[in-house]
Amino acid sequence: MSGIKKIGVLAFQGDAIEHIEATIKALQKLKLKSEVVSVRSLQDLKAVVGLIIPGGESTVLYTLCERAGMIDGIKKIPYIFGTCAGAILLAKRVEHSAPGKKTLGLMDITVDRNAYGSQTESFEKDIDTNLGKLHAIFIRAPRIIKMSKQVTATALDKKEILACEEQNKHHYYLAACFHPELTTTIFHEYFLKKVFSASLRAPLKRGVAIP
Amino acid sequence: MTQTLKGTFRLKSGLAQMLKGGVIMDVVNAEQAKIAEDAGAVAVMALERIPSDIRAHGGVARMSDPSKIKEIQKAVTIPVMAKCRIGHFAEAQILEALKVDFIDESEVLTPADEEFHIEKIKFTVPFVCGARNLGEALRRINEGAAMIRTKGEAGSGNIVEAVRHMRSVLGGIAELHDLYKKKQNKKLTLKAKEYRVPVELVNEVAKLGKLPVVHFTAGGIATPADAALCMQFGMDGVFVGSGIFKSAEPAKLAKAIVDTVAHFTDAKLIAKVSENLGEPMRGQEIEKLEVKLAQRGTN
Repeated sequence: MSGIKKIGVLAFQGDAIEHIEATIKALQKLKLKSEVVSVRSLQDLKAVVGLIIPGGESTVLYTLCERAGMIDGIKKIPYIFGTCAGAILLAKRVEHSAPGKKTLGLMDITVDRNAYGSQTESFEKDIDTNLGKLHAIFIRAPRIIKMSKQVTATALDKKEILACEEQNKHHYYLAACFHPELTTTIFHEYFLKKVFSASLRAPLKRGVAIP
Repeated sequence: MTQTLKGTFRLKSGLAQMLKGGVIMDVVNAEQAKIAEDAGAVAVMALERIPSDIRAHGGVARMSDPSKIKEIQKAVTIPVMAKCRIGHFAEAQILEALKVDFIDESEVLTPADEEFHIEKIKFTVPFVCGARNLGEALRRINEGAAMIRTKGEAGSGNIVEAVRHMRSVLGGIAELHDLYKKKQNKKLTLKAKEYRVPVELVNEVAKLGKLPVVHFTAGGIATPADAALCMQFGMDGVFVGSGIFKSAEPAKLAKAIVDTVAHFTDAKLIAKVSENLGEPMRGQEIEKLEVKLAQRGTN
């Protein structure tokens, strides 16, 4: 069996191409070999060990995943990294969400959707993170307003949680309210290191079981 | 010191990047906006009348009543766009004050200025503008547009103009890219003169081989197949105006077009979602139209 660990980027909608480019750059910097694939179906998830959920509209992304019958498949992926809309989809609880709209509910965090207001309130600034300083872009961004004890902050600005991560026996999740894919590769490098270090105690066998 | 910046071009074009792969739907009230959101629209365009009704109704078409826009903003959580007349910067200021997420400086409304478009760089809110060809697209980008849509012929239910405009813009880009590969810098400079834009912008497009902003298509999309056609031309997404709410079953058609754009190369899936959608918008021959909206605001 070839052991290549595929990285998938959910590609229905949003800035998937930007994530693919950032992932490829990060792989090159880390001198890691992997295949980066666009994910639009359950079949595409085959052999995907790390999945990236891009920025976009969280309601649309969830709806399309649901219609494609991918929700359970995604939940079995051991490593997931979500930015902006992706962070909303990872959260167990969402405030100000559209009525009846669900999320993947994988991280024990509460996210406030469009917390800063409309597009005219979107902003960019330099921030400090555990991974280093970076320039962060917040577009109609969500805010992580609560996280449980098993979740740790990856980027804090004063007391505001801008990015966080959660690891349990079988899964590792990383969520950012901003768009690292637009300005840096350090988040992608960090995520890839997690995927390739196989730090999970009992990694699921090469991704998910595809029926 | 960390400085917080708002209204930068990166933030404006960034929102457009987040809309890629999406369908933006024209809606006239909260009820339609909800249908659009439930179907999976990535944003809605708040309008007083949809383009085919503007056509039928005649008269001067203006920015919507602010109460209508507010009603739609309240009804959905996805971005809300609204249209202002070409060159009507006061309407744009009002839309910005209403906190719409995107302004469409649109030929569908009656132009306010036949010579100049709005100086969009000055605004915090991003703008999308229509274009029939690369020259128009680049002039709009140079004015600060953060997103381009090929115009097509709004309210016609006929895809032929959208195809003409996509081919024209893409052909123009291919020509520049070719000049870049052949290192014909002088010809690129001449192109910049022809298009009346800075040579730096022409060089950027020539190098990239695509527009430096997100590129949607619009005007005449009435079926899932129309949407698939546009996506396969390499568009980043589609605007659907009259097509949805002039069809027999708007909710079903809206969902079918969203699914199509998400899976635009999967003809089997598109065949499935295209079944039993009822009567599509009737549509018209372009030659028989009294007003050709695409020919507005071409300076």
